[in-house]
Amino acid sequence: MDIDSTQLSAILSRLQFAFTVSFHIIFPSITIGLATLIALWEGLWLKTRNPVYLQLAKFWIKPFAITFGMGVVSGIVLSYEFGTNFSKFSELTGAVLGPLMAYEVLTAFFLEAGFLGVMLFGWQRVSERMHFFASCTVAVGTWISAFWIIAANSWMQTPAGHKIVNGRFEVESWFEVIFNPSMPYRLSHMLLATLLTATFLVMATSAWYLLKQQHQAFARKALSLTLWLALLLTPLQILIGDFHGLNVKEHQPVKLAAMEGIWPAREANVPMLLFAIPDPANEKNLFEVKVPGLASLILTHQWHGELQGLKSVPKADRPNVPLVFFSFRIMVGIGLLMMFIAAAGLWLRLRGTLYQSRWFLRLCSLMAPSGVIAVLAGWYVVEVGRQPWLVQGLVRTMDVVSPLPAERVALSLSLFVLTYSLLFGVYLYFLGKLIKKGPPALADLQQLKVGVKASGYAVAFTKNLADETQHQGAN
Amino acid sequence: MDISLFYFLLLGFAILMYVLLDGFDLGIGILYPWFNSDAEHDHLMRSVSHVWDGNETWLVFGGVILFGAFPSAYALLLSSLYLPIMLMLIGLIFRGVAFEYRFKSHSSKMWWSRAFAIGSTLAAFCQGLMLGVVVQGVPSDAVQGSSLQLLTPFSLLTALSVVAGYALLGCAYLVMKSRGAIQHKAAQRGRLLLWLVMIAMALVSLYTVLADPLIWQRWFGGWHTLLLLPLPLLALAAARLLYRDLGRVRKSHHLAEQVVVKHEDRPFWLAVSLFVLAFVGLLVSLFPYLLPRQLSYQQAVAPDHSLWFMLPGVLIFVPLILAYTLWGYRIFAGKVEDFEEGY
Repeated sequence: MDIDSTQLSAILSRLQFAFTVSFHIIFPSITIGLATLIALWEGLWLKTRNPVYLQLAKFWIKPFAITFGMGVVSGIVLSYEFGTNFSKFSELTGAVLGPLMAYEVLTAFFLEAGFLGVMLFGWQRVSERMHFFASCTVAVGTWISAFWIIAANSWMQTPAGHKIVNGRFEVESWFEVIFNPSMPYRLSHMLLATLLTATFLVMATSAWYLLKQQHQAFARKALSLTLWLALLLTPLQILIGDFHGLNVKEHQPVKLAAMEGIWPAREANVPMLLFAIPDPANEKNLFEVKVPGLASLILTHQWHGELQGLKSVPKADRPNVPLVFFSFRIMVGIGLLMMFIAAAGLWLRLRGTLYQSRWFLRLCSLMAPSGVIAVLAGWYVVEVGRQPWLVQGLVRTMDVVSPLPAERVALSLSLFVLTYSLLFGVYLYFLGKLIKKGPPALADLQQLKVGVKASGYAVAFTKNLADETQHQGAN
Repeated sequence: MDISLFYFLLLGFAILMYVLLDGFDLGIGILYPWFNSDAEHDHLMRSVSHVWDGNETWLVFGGVILFGAFPSAYALLLSSLYLPIMLMLIGLIFRGVAFEYRFKSHSSKMWWSRAFAIGSTLAAFCQGLMLGVVVQGVPSDAVQGSSLQLLTPFSLLTALSVVAGYALLGCAYLVMKSRGAIQHKAAQRGRLLLWLVMIAMALVSLYTVLADPLIWQRWFGGWHTLLLLPLPLLALAAARLLYRDLGRVRKSHHLAEQVVVKHEDRPFWLAVSLFVLAFVGLLVSLFPYLLPRQLSYQQAVAPDHSLWFMLPGVLIFVPLILAYTLWGYRIFAGKVEDFEEGY
């Protein structure tokens, strides 16, 4: 195989991984937060017996189920892609990353899958408390899963606790591997991001119902609750994002330079660029719109603080600057917009016009995909910003790709593009369909239970009986 | 026991659990074309919709144990089997999302039935193909050379055997979970599939033993033949009993009066034991290799520090997982009923 073909194959493998992982992350970033909200509503229902909470849980469990399903099938692909497309990487780092992923499967995936069946299908078969327990377990499972995968990813960003023996990574301290320098920041930033993603999805849907004047009581409850959540979570997220940024400055200064568009090897009094077009060929920015000294202030807490720039490393060691630069601005922009909505919501609430101001409801309903977009943009900053390294400073991405023929990777990549495009359309269609259909009527929420030990036949019998009674009642 | 041997056996256990559990629910998908009405298709899908996700998790578990405990085998095997793995994943994607979308669709329902059937069959076929390639020995230039060299008469045979085997597990599962016409048909087709599976198993065993003198030596080269002899004998006994049980279920539907069929669960457990015996036989032939004649588990094993780190996780969580999985199955024990139950 000649050099060009090898490189082409490597680029295709990287594209395929980027595409499949981007597709996958859409779904967990919704389900982690949504599972938490569903468990919260179910708990509130058990405590207050207010049926609107049950209605909320029962309505959102449907979008949750299809989103979770998409997450499962697209996630399995990733657990095999390390080996198929990055075989040398798997061989080098398997002893470090493999056990972390084994723990993810043992402590999270099985737990989620085991209790999901009861959460989705067990309403008539287990007690209310048991069902609540199942929902909580699924939610906790999603957090545990995030813990391990973030630990693995963070180790690739800020590797620690390892030694290299015969060219391969071995572990010296598992504590240092797991709780590596960037892990606590990335984990809290990501968990908050998923909570916000679900919060704004629910908020947008509720606002849309209010605009359409449908399901008023249901929608008001959800809108009010999600706005309180947003008010609590957005400032916290911005604060943690700031800590995370300081951590990047310390451990991955080149990534930070790409995020902020800083070219000189060292620069004091660094401006905050509100807009610019980075020009990597000429190593400068075009069309800068800036606030002088602000980046220095935020990142060094001094007006004249010095920051390391892109030119401090050779061109070959720099990431794709425009992609990192713009992704970062998209993420931050959405974060600020979320904060504005939370604040405006509070103001309208205090004025008592929250459910009537159409401009605000319209703005909220446009925010449905905002969380997902911010999460994707954030992950591009993290992952593209680390390039050309796969393990920061130690393993270069282009060196560890499987030596596959380019045509084979092109074939699988095309299959994934086709499959995922089709399925994404289908997902949006069914999500829209569920949302248009609206929540179950309060009257239908009455459950007839026959207990844990009942056979399917007994369940069917009571169910039919209930239907007949209803029909007779209607007559 | 040597800790690397423990992980070799754990990997075997994960694969076996996957084959048994996802085997019957992939089998349901493979059986789809044999059932015609929408109602029957609903019933079939409903019988596994609460467990497929957990069953598939064993595939991920097998993958990460291979990754964590035998990284070089994971790297070599997966990049060598690139195309069958990708096709298997695409198959699993389509059949997996069919669970979510089929019940919610109207005009497109037929397409989701097809996605479920074709996806399940494709995934099973690819798994069988990979089994054949591994048993025969992965070609040394599989990563860079043509993918067509993975298609041999033997790997095609194993591919079809796995498809038939999963379908048999599916039939036995339906006999346990259904009544009436569906149960009847499952029993009838199960008998046919059992013939296929037994012939295929005989051919695969014969080839494996004849093709490699070392494997021949292991089975027939000494007194331990006596120790191994129960494996094929038990398999034959299980098959015979399974054939008879399925026959009784089928017959009960022909009689005018309702005959109470005893042991409606037994065919499933017999089919499972058939798979377990076949798997143990395979393990006997392949030990100690992960890739036969290329890479043994001792050569591929990760450093001790990684193995010991995973050990408490495995020892604590695998029993827990088995316990709550069993609990989940018990909650949905008994026959599947045809009404909307669930979320």
